[in-house]
Amino acid sequence: MELTLDILSFVLMTTGGAFVLIGGIGALRLPNVYTRLHAASLTDTMASILIIAGIMLQAGFSLAAIKLLAILIFLLLTGPTASYAIANAALLSGLDPQCDGSTVGAADGDDESGEELRS
Amino acid sequence: MPTNSNNKLYRVLLLGAVLAAAWLFWSGLYKPHLLALGALSLGLSLWLAHRIGTFREASPFSTMLKLPRFWAWLLVEIVKSSIDVARVILDPKLPISPTVVEFDTVCKGPISQVILGNAITLSPGTVTLDVYADRLKVHCLTAQGAEAIRSGEADRRAAQITEF
Repeated sequence: MELTLDILSFVLMTTGGAFVLIGGIGALRLPNVYTRLHAASLTDTMASILIIAGIMLQAGFSLAAIKLLAILIFLLLTGPTASYAIANAALLSGLDPQCDGSTVGAADGDDESGEELRS
Repeated sequence: MPTNSNNKLYRVLLLGAVLAAAWLFWSGLYKPHLLALGALSLGLSLWLAHRIGTFREASPFSTMLKLPRFWAWLLVEIVKSSIDVARVILDPKLPISPTVVEFDTVCKGPISQVILGNAITLSPGTVTLDVYADRLKVHCLTAQGAEAIRSGEADRRAAQITEF
């Protein structure tokens, strides 16, 4: 029983670590702010769920496990809010979300998309 | 039926009681110094909640009860889309097709719209760019992700949460 839990928790934590790595690779490979955000959300959603679930199995039924669950819920509530703030700031500053990456990080001066947004 | 200000006082006290119970439960130490810190952060939290308008409208208890089911569905979606995004990132050809989807949401009211927007952002491969006047702008990493958003399942499920 102990061994099964240990193996399961190691598998969860290793998979979580792999997702952190993939998220990092994605943040480097993808072309612009919007697409890189997708890689970042791989790290702060999937990886945090897996890693904290793995640690919870190590903690067993205890107050520590409940605290870990609370930490996970707080992370999952605040993470997307921060992502939204970044994405919305990029949109409002006029970076075209339709661009395919050929104009990396360029707002190009004609910032009309930001104004259209609120009209 | 209590008056509006009574209702608001009730909501403030309810949140205060929940926060106080949470503090005592998490800390487990009952020294005066720590209790004072707890009271301070309780006051600060209530003030911030007041500033962002938490007490302006009721958040019915039934909403809380419906959340676990939504979270269970969301968890499955997160796992599926995580695998998709990981596959795209590790593919040597990097087959992305960034798409922006705009749609009118059936979610009425700020709570369900926040739940919907955050749920979309939470699943890898889709990020909410803007929520304005019942309209959502979503950036998708791939065209398949955009299809999933267009199907409107997340929209319907988020709307159900705040229905009575």
